[in-house]
Amino acid sequence: MEGFPILTALTMMPLAGALLIMLVRSATGSSDSESDGKKAITAALVISLATFVVSVVALTAYRPGVDGYQLVEEIAWYGPIKYKMGVDGLSILLVVLTTLLMPFCFLASYGSVKKRVTEYVVAFLILETFMIGAFCALDLILFYIFFEAGLIPMFIIIGVWGGVNRVYASFKFFLYTLLGSLFMLAAVVYMYLQAGSSDFAVLEQTAFEPGAQTWLWLAFFASFAVKLPMFPVHTWLPDAHVQAPTAGSVILAGILLKLGGYGFMRFSLPMFPDASQFFQPFMFTLSVIAIVYASLVAWRQTDMKKLVAYSSVAHMGFVTLGLFSFTEIGIQGAVFQMLSHGLISGALFLVVGVIYDRAHTREISAFGGLVHRMPVYATLFMLFTMANVGLPGTSGFVGEILTMVGAFQASTWAAVGAALGVIFSAVYMLTLYRRAVFGQPNPEMEAKIERGEISMKDVNTLELVCLVPLALGVIILGVKPDLIFDITQGASERVLTLMAGG
Amino acid sequence: MLDWTAILETVAPETLLVAVGLLGTLVGAFLKERFARVAFKLGALALFAAAALAVYYWEGGEAFGGLVTTNPFVNFAKAVSFGVAGVALWIADGFFDRHGTLRFEYPLLMLFAAFGMGLTLSASDLMTLYMGVETLSLSSYVLASFHRDSPRSAEAGLKYFVLGALASGLLLYGASLVYGFTGSTNFEEIAGSEMGIGLLFGMVLMISGLAFKVSAAPMHVWTPDVYEGAPTPVVAFFSAAPKMAMMVVFANVMFTLFGEAVDDWQLIIAIISGASMVIGSFGALLQNNIKRLMGYSSIANMGYALVPVAAGADIGAPSLLLFMTIYVIASLGMFAGILMMRRTGGMVEDISELGGLIRSRPVVTLALTAILLSIAGIPPLAGFWAKLDVIQAGMAAGLLPLVIMLVIASVVSCYYYLRVIKVMWFDEPMEEFQSADPSVALTVVVCGLLMFPGLMVFIGVLGGWTDAAAMGLAN
Repeated sequence: MEGFPILTALTMMPLAGALLIMLVRSATGSSDSESDGKKAITAALVISLATFVVSVVALTAYRPGVDGYQLVEEIAWYGPIKYKMGVDGLSILLVVLTTLLMPFCFLASYGSVKKRVTEYVVAFLILETFMIGAFCALDLILFYIFFEAGLIPMFIIIGVWGGVNRVYASFKFFLYTLLGSLFMLAAVVYMYLQAGSSDFAVLEQTAFEPGAQTWLWLAFFASFAVKLPMFPVHTWLPDAHVQAPTAGSVILAGILLKLGGYGFMRFSLPMFPDASQFFQPFMFTLSVIAIVYASLVAWRQTDMKKLVAYSSVAHMGFVTLGLFSFTEIGIQGAVFQMLSHGLISGALFLVVGVIYDRAHTREISAFGGLVHRMPVYATLFMLFTMANVGLPGTSGFVGEILTMVGAFQASTWAAVGAALGVIFSAVYMLTLYRRAVFGQPNPEMEAKIERGEISMKDVNTLELVCLVPLALGVIILGVKPDLIFDITQGASERVLTLMAGG
Repeated sequence: MLDWTAILETVAPETLLVAVGLLGTLVGAFLKERFARVAFKLGALALFAAAALAVYYWEGGEAFGGLVTTNPFVNFAKAVSFGVAGVALWIADGFFDRHGTLRFEYPLLMLFAAFGMGLTLSASDLMTLYMGVETLSLSSYVLASFHRDSPRSAEAGLKYFVLGALASGLLLYGASLVYGFTGSTNFEEIAGSEMGIGLLFGMVLMISGLAFKVSAAPMHVWTPDVYEGAPTPVVAFFSAAPKMAMMVVFANVMFTLFGEAVDDWQLIIAIISGASMVIGSFGALLQNNIKRLMGYSSIANMGYALVPVAAGADIGAPSLLLFMTIYVIASLGMFAGILMMRRTGGMVEDISELGGLIRSRPVVTLALTAILLSIAGIPPLAGFWAKLDVIQAGMAAGLLPLVIMLVIASVVSCYYYLRVIKVMWFDEPMEEFQSADPSVALTVVVCGLLMFPGLMVFIGVLGGWTDAAAMGLAN
């Protein structure tokens, strides 16, 4: 095992798979027929499962107790810019989260994606490569390349397979994130000129002068705040989510948003400690606004996907709250919240996808009394609802409580505001659940079922295969969060050490 | 007694080009149209050979009593310009054949244009500089109006000529002022003389003339019209080879001729650069004709390319070469793609005609997408390195406002590149294009592959060459 470039292999596997699928397609001249589409999805599923296996191998090769980056690979690339890959406790888990969610995306696409399936799976596999690469990169320019490249497949996924307003949403998504990222690029260039290297290890040890730090911090903020997304630059997210196909939403909420949190933790905190301290009240304010405001907005949504999207904005508020508490417990909580939200929001989008595939609508008012027709579904939906609310015993609880405890040590008011958000999250999630699952069956929908236009059957095996593992994950992490903490502790402590100037 | 070795070392490629061009004229006069098809390929081969000669005599030299001086910096530009001009010529014959205008004059004009590019690049004297610029320009005017029966082409040629003549006048007037105030036409001697108000005037006028040739604002107005009206293969040439050559000439003039006066011209170049970015990126937003769109895009890109020029020789030279090389390859690929837009009724140029191209031509669409995103500077395409280098040069020279303008212009211009991609990927398929010439399709695909993974992964190789070339400038 020693010396094998496992991270490169991991990163390039989906890309290689995508190329293979494209080659096979053009060699066989296969058409757009349904059976060929199924084959393409199956192929992609196999590739993504293999990638997952490799990522688990990488996880086992990772030594939690050892400090710093591991499994490092390094090749000279362009001048001082290096192709350098490696992981620490934070990134290895985000990589595993990525490879874990990807097979579910393909599973969820079996029935729902009808057109241009080959291109669809190819776009997803390429996206997976870029995301894994972004988490593994240990060179700032390399990170930027992967970070930014993910926009292209996502643009195409939203634009080709999205809903009615897909073109608008795809442009908004792309240009919003690009503007933020280009400011970051300018900052990256500045840092690299100052330090003479874009290697994380060098940059972490470089003390940028406080005046410059402020600007650099803001430039990075411009990028990560859009990606995360934070209030007030979150407005692309609901559009993108509503228009994206189910699998696209899962990836967007489950992984792409985490790039923002990852960025704050990897760059803003350790590399610009003075500026981070300076902006702490600002970040707390924005986080609390995001938590409270997005929760209230979510409450008034009539579209389920939009509701879940706004709830993502609120939950990401906890991540920034925890990170900027500069306490170990807060940072650990933020990391945990990222991972847990990856599972929960992914699952919630899949849950919404299940009924959307059946009823072809996501309007909450179109549903009602689903519990009578779909009892198993109702049970799973209940579990994820509770996890999203943050019920003890689910992973959602752990992340929220820890980030709040961390924030409480830094600012009482921020913690109080965030606690308000927890209450609101119960309000909107339970309202959603009550209106869609309980109550009287919607007469219009009943009429449609009578006429045989739609059929509201309970979850099938495929959907169970998607949802049950995620449900187990949510519960296991909720009951035994140490599984995560043991791995991430080193990385969290390291952030604080670097902040303290060592 | 002429020193033949020195001449060969200095201007071997130009000698070859002009020799082939003159011989071709002679042969053409006898063989007439029978010579045309051969002449296209022969001309392209001559251009490739000239590019190879530029690389072979990499170190360059000095000849004709200091009228021409070459070094790795200009030889790099020569090699790239001749190379892309050769490709533009190689893929052009199918187009002219279908339009019934397959004439042997076309490749010969191209050779003379290339000769002009080579001569300006080699110039180390105001007279050779002007002669080269005029040779290039006069050939270009004729090339732009090559479809003389088409009003659009004739209009393009006339516009180009009238405005180009004005710009040449400015350049010449500037050159004569410089001569008047320094008493010399030799670059080295001028560079050594003291900067006065008269010389400053001359410099500004020369900058204006050169800005026209690279289509930088505010001397850009001809670009969209000429791009739209001129025959597509001609635009494929215009948008690549002369851009590379003239931009390097521009840089060469600033770096060597006015090298001592950086403080005097840095702001001028920065303003030209910023204005080009803004005009190029905003002007393109409402264009529906893809050639016009690329015209505006080239204005914006020249704005980016001027950032390293403003940064000065030490910082900017390698970045300029890298940026321009990647840009001209992408631009050539894009116009090769436009050459493929052909239906039963002839060529089509509206962006909407690309609708759903991914369904009928997946490989070409992927290549064009890579090219467009590369021009937009999005990773993981090679254009990202180009933009990174430019930003780096701007930051290192302390031109932060210019870098911020670049960032904003990039986002704006990204919108219209995405619009083209959107049409190709999201829209309903249109009637299929007629099958393309193999050479054209190959060019698109090769350029696409150079954008990713080619130059993306092996950027270190290209970077090594541009660094070596820029080192040659310093000596």
